[in-house]
Amino acid sequence: MKRNAAIIGVGETPFTSRQDYTNPELSQQAALKALEMAGMTMDEIEAVVYSMAPAEFLGVLDPDKWAVGAVGGLNKPFMRVHTGGATGGSAAQAGYYHVASGIFDSVLVVGADKVRECKDSQQVLNTIWDPMYERQFGLTTITMAAYQAVRRMYKYGTTEEQMARVAVRNWANAMNNPSAHLKGKITVEDVITSPYYSWPIKRLDTCPSSAGGAAIVIVSEKKAKKLCTRPAWIKGCHEIANTVFMGDQMGGAADMDYADWDELAMAAKVAYRQAGIVDPLKEIQVADVYAPFTVTELAIVEALGFCRKGESEKLNESNFFDMDGEVAVSPSGGSLCNNPIAVTALCRVCDAALQVLGKAPPKMQVKNVKNAVATGIGGSFQFHTIMVVGSDHN
Amino acid sequence: MKKHEEAMTLKGGWSVEYNYAVGPTGSKFFTALKDEAKIIAPKCPKCNLVMLPPRSFCERCFVPADEWVEVGKEGTIQAFTIVPYFFESLPDPPYATALVMLDGANTAMANFVKNVDLSNLKEAAKKLAIGKRVKVVFEKKREGTINDFHYELI
Repeated sequence: MKRNAAIIGVGETPFTSRQDYTNPELSQQAALKALEMAGMTMDEIEAVVYSMAPAEFLGVLDPDKWAVGAVGGLNKPFMRVHTGGATGGSAAQAGYYHVASGIFDSVLVVGADKVRECKDSQQVLNTIWDPMYERQFGLTTITMAAYQAVRRMYKYGTTEEQMARVAVRNWANAMNNPSAHLKGKITVEDVITSPYYSWPIKRLDTCPSSAGGAAIVIVSEKKAKKLCTRPAWIKGCHEIANTVFMGDQMGGAADMDYADWDELAMAAKVAYRQAGIVDPLKEIQVADVYAPFTVTELAIVEALGFCRKGESEKLNESNFFDMDGEVAVSPSGGSLCNNPIAVTALCRVCDAALQVLGKAPPKMQVKNVKNAVATGIGGSFQFHTIMVVGSDHN
Repeated sequence: MKKHEEAMTLKGGWSVEYNYAVGPTGSKFFTALKDEAKIIAPKCPKCNLVMLPPRSFCERCFVPADEWVEVGKEGTIQAFTIVPYFFESLPDPPYATALVMLDGANTAMANFVKNVDLSNLKEAAKKLAIGKRVKVVFEKKREGTINDFHYELI
């Protein structure tokens, strides 16, 4: 009974560490941009999904209620979605279900974050873990990435240089993205010599703490055909969750290994089936992925089926994942170059949709994109979202 | 915004105290740790998974886990890191943590690895490699918290 739905409007503010605007103001800026691209007014939006992750970065309980009026939510159905870092992916999923269900014809998915508004985001992120058994040990999202990195080193022989190459490519790609927070020509040496945060993760293996907003407009097939010459059809969408306990995913009895992202592979399998994708490497031209650390991208591209487990390190030494490679991974610079946590995964959906819409910034646009994929990760690397958008629907 | 106006910020904070419920399973685990210097773990009656940190149910089989076993006081490193950088309200650097599979357990549990020279990160990382053996060292004065023990290399 599922109806077709498409993204016809995308809005992203510039991502910075500046503190010029409040959270509702940033959300509104993104919403207005998305509406402008869609050629719609706020009156035509039937429901709003607000993408808001932990409120502690902003210190307001809860920022979604603060933003209702700013994003045109007055007298409309409005809900907040929150799955940690995966929030934007889950919010896009909720927005899609709103339309695919046949209940709404036009939905705005919007949000913003300001990760630098608090003194130290890692102090907040430490509270991902329970207060009894795990929080005491200084666990953060950075130590989480370090655990994944040491397991990849153990399992696949991954080197710090191989991880560094991921940052070099993403920073170079971000130079084509006016919205990106971090960008520039950096070298493997620059990454290797940047200070260690949590061995083997260094400063340049790590995403920034960004402020900024993102929004998409999702509409029914009838509206999409009326309003847009080349909509980004939502062809596949899925999410898989796993345990908060990292230690369950290593050693003899583990059903999955923290080195890999089998949860994302499971989600991708379903999303690809929905999208009719059989050979992801041949059929997908762009993957804008949620890799807040260099090592995480290596696991993601394998889970997305672009190569086998343990192969991404070597392939990343060639042009395989470059703009002119076999599949362009994060032409936007991805999450290594912008991480406004509440909407980071929504940015990935925005940047994938822009590629299909043909409306990416000129140098960021990959030619002839038929299918693009966006991913998200949240919690203790435990929520994995995926959305496939394409130039035609099934 | 006019040229002479600057975007303003306002200082504030957010501090709340809690009395976290540890639950019957956690209370049993911490009591054994405090009173007997033992690490005990619940076992799934269906798949026999011995789970640390302890929990009152098997997440995979979705059944209650109320059988308990004592696990070994040695184990194997499954993942580790060394943090040389200061983060607000987190332990003073440098510190090393590891996820360790204690003998007889089927999942790995986090704790500090102490008494390792962390002055040279690369050298310390070699010592803490995955597969290295560690022992559980109990604190003399135990308070019924996860900090009642730590790991040390054997």
